[in-house]
Amino acid sequence: MFSRIMVPVDLAHLSDLERALTCAADLAKHYGAKVTYVGVTAATPGAMGHNPKEYEAKLSEFAQEQAKSHGIETHEYTVVSHDPTTDLDDALLRSVKETGADLVVMQSHMPNVMDYIWPSNGGKLAEHAKCSVMVVRG
Amino acid sequence: MAEETTDQGIPEPEGHSDIIETDYQVGQDNIQPRIGPFGLDIHNPVFVISGLVVVLFTAYALIAPQQAADFFGWLRPALTSTFDWFFMWSANIFVVFCLLLIISPWGSVRLGGTDATPDYGYIGWFSMLFAAGMGIGLMFFGVLEPAYYFGTPWGDEPLGVVRPFDEDGGLIEGNIEEARRMALAATSYHWALHPWAIYAVVALGLGLFTYNKGLPLTIRSAFYPILGERVWGWWGHVIDTLAVFATLFGLATSLGLGAQQANAGLEYVYGIPEGVTTQVILICGITAVALISVLRGLDGGVKVLSEINMVIAIVLLLFVLFAAGAMGIMTEFFKGLGAYVQELLPLSNPHGREDTGYLQGWTAFYWAWWISWSPFVGMFIARVSRGRTVREFLTCVLIIPSLVCIFWMAVFGGAAINDIVANPETSAVKAQVIDSYNPPLSLFAMLESLPLAAITSTIGIVLVIVFFVTSSDSGSLVIDTITAGGKIDAPVSQRVFWCTFEGLVAIALLIGGGLTSLQAMVISTGLPFTLILLAICVAIVMGLRAEKR
Repeated sequence: MFSRIMVPVDLAHLSDLERALTCAADLAKHYGAKVTYVGVTAATPGAMGHNPKEYEAKLSEFAQEQAKSHGIETHEYTVVSHDPTTDLDDALLRSVKETGADLVVMQSHMPNVMDYIWPSNGGKLAEHAKCSVMVVRG
Repeated sequence: MAEETTDQGIPEPEGHSDIIETDYQVGQDNIQPRIGPFGLDIHNPVFVISGLVVVLFTAYALIAPQQAADFFGWLRPALTSTFDWFFMWSANIFVVFCLLLIISPWGSVRLGGTDATPDYGYIGWFSMLFAAGMGIGLMFFGVLEPAYYFGTPWGDEPLGVVRPFDEDGGLIEGNIEEARRMALAATSYHWALHPWAIYAVVALGLGLFTYNKGLPLTIRSAFYPILGERVWGWWGHVIDTLAVFATLFGLATSLGLGAQQANAGLEYVYGIPEGVTTQVILICGITAVALISVLRGLDGGVKVLSEINMVIAIVLLLFVLFAAGAMGIMTEFFKGLGAYVQELLPLSNPHGREDTGYLQGWTAFYWAWWISWSPFVGMFIARVSRGRTVREFLTCVLIIPSLVCIFWMAVFGGAAINDIVANPETSAVKAQVIDSYNPPLSLFAMLESLPLAAITSTIGIVLVIVFFVTSSDSGSLVIDTITAGGKIDAPVSQRVFWCTFEGLVAIALLIGGGLTSLQAMVISTGLPFTLILLAICVAIVMGLRAEKR
């Protein structure tokens, strides 16, 4: 059914992504799909690295750990953005194309009143991506 | 679950660069409070202290307007006339420092590591350089300053050049040429190498310590070589808070005063009455467009608006150039350039001068003003300059903008002076700048002397307003980054907060009074920042020594 699953990750808040990560790994095992973890970073130093190279190394390490603990094939994909806060949705939409994913599994928060003004990244992606999108809540 | 940071061996950042080893992690002092539906990610304590200090000063200006006006109205001229030599020598040092770096071997150090590629192409980059910190000034002073120096009756003649007007207001033919030459040289002096060197020093310092040394994108990082780990403590908090304070008040007071100027222009051109209501609507409009811009982000908003602005500005520039006689103006430009080079040294020397009206009232004022804006403009330039070599960076931030500014002044000032000389009796520029002093109207008065004034005046007003938007949006991004401890991916609600806050402060000061006094206060911060900039020069040298060329 699915051959390549894309999972957007925020390396700084991995503990909030538990459910989506587990879900993606289970689906990958079930369908024998590969998982690509996508991270969006800026060129300026951040908590997750002094520069994009360092960030990519961390993302790669994370992907390998996921592979080991779940017994799946994983890849990582880093997107460098000038302004990650506002460009996240577009960066993720581009990544869907560039990674050739046919399913996106993505963590999202419980919708609240603000979602009427600013839709969540998961909601935005589900609305615009050409592939299937699974939004995991809670 | 993966351990978040196990990788301690720091890989090379795109080729060679000299990462500073520090245990400080970007965002480690940040707190993530939740206010209703808004999740925040703010630096503790810089965000809160900056916000509170801004509120306190605004309250002070509103509660005791007279006292604030008296105090800051005294403080600013007192500083610029007492420390004129200090401002001038510092600015001279910045120019020499930048020029030396261009020809030094360190010029080939690349921001972002030896293999980094530029984030922005030349057009987007240049547009953003001008739109952030100087565009609005070019609109305001392009006609005003040359015309003022040409015929000033208030004794501010640069280097004591003789006025070309006699007692009865008639032109003295023999003095015109020299007065015109000096007017262009003296104006160019304030808009060319010196201001851009001030911006370049801050931008280069931040770019180097952010992209090559791996420190957070915030003012304090440039002090790492001097203060060491102490920059993460109160030293750094004070530096960052001061930067936020100067930026926010600098933007808010300019926005308030700018709304008054735009209103004056609207009245002059369309007869829209001057009043607080119109001005508040203008501020709301400018803030709203700036909000859309920051919500669309650096590439989708700020850069696009800057490029639009640049196109409109070039159209207006070319129109004035051709309408006022391209051949004459081009001659004017080369003469102005020659005069600038010739008079650069005498104008840069603060000692033994008798033209204190010009020296303290204009030059020292300008230097303090540019320097108080330098944290904002410098940091924004740093943000968009990754991937350039030091030599390329300084050429493009120092030399080329200087030439563009001299050209702009030659076109707008040249056209204005031509009009004054050709029609001394009827010239609107002469009426608004020399006979009476109405700075906001100077640009429109000059456009009136050219054909299609109705169209060009409208373009002029639009340009003034959009330049305010591009200052406001880039400023909000800078404040947002500083108050998030150098993180540029803080939640979007924070940049919305700063952008709105700036508009609200402007409206409060506009209605309650206090714009002028708080602007004087902002310019006064130029003095402590001059010390900071001198320290950044030292830090740049210390930082460059470790880099691979």
